[in-house]
Parts: sequence; C-alpha cells; structure tokens
Amino acid sequence: MGVKVGVLALQGDVAEHIAAFRESLAGRPGSFVVPVRQARDLADLDALAIPGGESTTISRLIGKNGLHEPLAEFGGGVFATCAGMVLAADRVDDPRVRTLNLIPMHVARNAFGRQVDSREAFLDVAGLADPFRAVFIRAPVATEVGPGTEVLARIPEGIVAVRSGRHMAFAFHPELGGDLRLHRMFLKGLGL
Amino acid sequence: MKLEELRFGTELIKRGFASMQKGGVIMDVVNAEQAQLAEEAGAVAVMALERVPADIRTAGGVARMADPQKIVEIIDAVSIPVMGKARIGHFVEAQILEALGVDMVDESEVLTPADEQFHIDKTGFGVPFVCGARNLGEALRRVNEGAAMIRTKGEAGTGNVVEAVRHMRAIMGGIRALKGMDSQELIDRAREIEAPAELVIECANLGRLPVVNFSAGGIATPADAALMMQLGADGVFVGSGIFKSTDPETTARAIVEAVNHYDDPKVIAEVSKGLGEAMKGLDVHLLRQEEVLQTRGR
Repeated sequence: MGVKVGVLALQGDVAEHIAAFRESLAGRPGSFVVPVRQARDLADLDALAIPGGESTTISRLIGKNGLHEPLAEFGGGVFATCAGMVLAADRVDDPRVRTLNLIPMHVARNAFGRQVDSREAFLDVAGLADPFRAVFIRAPVATEVGPGTEVLARIPEGIVAVRSGRHMAFAFHPELGGDLRLHRMFLKGLGL
Repeated sequence: MKLEELRFGTELIKRGFASMQKGGVIMDVVNAEQAQLAEEAGAVAVMALERVPADIRTAGGVARMADPQKIVEIIDAVSIPVMGKARIGHFVEAQILEALGVDMVDESEVLTPADEQFHIDKTGFGVPFVCGARNLGEALRRVNEGAAMIRTKGEAGTGNVVEAVRHMRAIMGGIRALKGMDSQELIDRAREIEAPAELVIECANLGRLPVVNFSAGGIATPADAALMMQLGADGVFVGSGIFKSTDPETTARAIVEAVNHYDDPKVIAEVSKGLGEAMKGLDVHLLRQEEVLQTRGR
C-alpha cells in the first residue's frame, strides 16, 4: 500500500522536506508527498513533516490559517525538524510560540547562539549503526523530556533527537545533506 | 559527538540558513522598536539599517554600513535572525558585521560601493551572504564568489516594483531558456552571460538557481509581494515599503499574509483592504543616472 506524507507548507525549507520524503518513498507504488496549507489537506495522511524555518513566523501562520487544533489532533506520525521541533514540544522558552503539544519535552529556541555558531557534527543517534552528519542551523535543543519521550541523541548543549510514540523530532536537518536513514527509521516506526 | 569533527560555516550551513527563510518576508528596520514590530508581524528576519533606502536617496552622500551600536541594539531586541548591509567590495565592513553576530551579510548596491572591480570574496567568511542580481549571469557570478542567497536588485527606495519584476523575469527566463540545450550550448551560453559553466549546467539540471532567490527593491504593497512570489521568488525583502507607509504594523502583517497566500487572490484582497497610503514612490524613468542603484556592481 502507498504511503501518504504531508509537509506543512507555511514557511521554511518545505521543498527540501518534500524532496527527501519523495526519495525515501521512491519505488513504492501509490505513495505521494503533498504540501499541507489548510486543515483539509491533512485528511488521510499517514505522516506529516513540520519543517525548519522561523518558529515564531510558522506559529503565527498556524494560528492565522486555523491549523492549531487540526495539527495538535493529527492522527499520523509527525517528523519535526528544527523550528518543527520547537512547535512539536509541549513547553518552550518563548511565549510567542504556541506549541502543538505533540511530544512531552521542554525546548529552548536558538540554543547555539548566532548563525556563525551554527555547525555540522557527526552525531551518534540511537538506532543508527554509523554516525549521522547533522546540520544545526540556529538550532533549538530540548532541555528536558517528559515520560514516554525517548532521547535518541544528545550533545553538550542539550537533547537533539527524540522519539515519542509515533512522532520524532530533531534539532538538526535530516532533510538536508542527502542521508535518509532517519526518514527510513521514522517510516519503519510507523509500520510503513 | 566527535568534537574534533565540528565544522562551522560550510556551504551546507550557509545555504541551509537561506533555505530556512523561504516563504518569508525580511523587513528593513532602523531601530529596536521597528525590529520588534516586524517580529510581531511575522517577519522571518530583519535587515538592520541606519536609514531605509528611501531615506538614503534623500540624504545623499556616501552611504556606509550602519553604526555597530545600532546593529547590536537591534540584535538584542529580537529572536529572529538579523541581517546587516556592507558596501560592495568592503570586506572589512563584512568582517565587522560578522564579529557583531549578524546572521547574514547583504553585500548591497543600496550602499555606496567601496570597490568598483571586485565583490567580496565570500568563501572566506563563516557568515552567509546575500547579494543582488539583475540577471542570470550576475546571479551566478555572485554564487561563484560564495553568495548563499540571491535577491533581485529591483530599484531600492522607489516603492516601484517594475525593476524587481524586470530582474525576476530575467533570472527565471534565463533559466527556462537553458532547457533543452546540450552541454556545448550550455557552455556557450555560460561564456555569453559571463558565468561559470558548471553553475550554468547546475541551473539547467535543477531548473532553478542553486541557492535561494528572494525578490527585493521596490515592493510596497501586499499585491507587489504576491506578484513577485507568483513570478518565482522564494520570498521577499521589503525595505522602505513598510515603515514609509501610513500604517506600518498593518502593512507588515498584510505583506506576511500575502506572501503566505500568494496564489489566493481572495486572501490578498482581504488583507489589502483599508491599508491607508502606501509609500508615495518614484518613477524609475525619471531618476538621473547617478541616482540609479541597480547598476552598482556587475
């Protein structure tokens, strides 16, 4: 059976997420990846990616487009990166961001400082045999996780990869750089 | 994590930063208060300036990088990225902006050029750069120098979108024209537009620029912003258009929504209602040669 993936397409690196999921699902008939801009686009999706971008901007646009409830109640798996990780949390250090409460964790925005402090690092991620080339861009970190949230990777600044039930969140950008192992791990976790 | 393998300022990080701005509006601001208003309105980043381009035109004289104190004041006021402008070729202004913690440097024709032959060698910096361009050749020369993002130049500080449209059509049309060319023809075209052949070939394969491409220079209304998006921009810079309007707060919010819903005329109509006066604007055909900014740098 085909796998149906949506990418929240309000602001940020939407095209990169669409390309990465399309490549992850290549050769699987009936599968497709679509941009999600309104609540009705979420119907029948197996999974949803929440991309990187500016979390304050995306949060504002979620509210403006009446997407807060539909996203918070989404029945499929969520694959959230960077700003997406901030939105997927249930607590954040910035009152301007209204979280979707999908993953029990506290997230701090811009935990690395300015853009010149953004970095690439080879990261050990639980469940992967070899290190992952992780790209952190003005990235957040989780400072604390709640019950049921499994920490998959941690660096001195904080927690940078988590899994909670059907959802996964990353402070870095698995959609950039061409390594799709975390996409496959996510789809496998959903039984897809 | 292996600390010895940490890497900063790679192409992937710099271009990745630009990718995170896509679908967004970057607003010119001259103080902390304007920066906060921009952030509240949903801007993805702000450009920290001494004066907006319309005032740079009025002031005349040599336009330089903003006072570092002003830039720090703006950096401290917001959580979204802060960009700053350096003069074309003025790599020391760029070094200063990087040292201040600016998230992206705009090597900008809006300021008076410091070097009429060379642009900044941007590959040597950890901070990413955005550069203006009027056509495909100019865009690819900037990418070759290390620009992580391109913006159409338009004609800044005029509130007149005509030049932004001309430049966006030139870049998008230039890429469309590559379609169907064989490798010899692509190399020949590269020579013609004075751009590196490998970048021309990359554009032909991708069907777009290899970096994010925003629009700038003359966007004054939500409709202008949506026009540039429909012509293929990944996002927009709005300079004088916001803080030279009668109601900056409403105009800023309206432009953010128009970019988000750029292909939905009903939403653009709704947000365009009752915005008050847009900036007055200038007829670009009446500018004297020395008043034209877009021909600075090539």
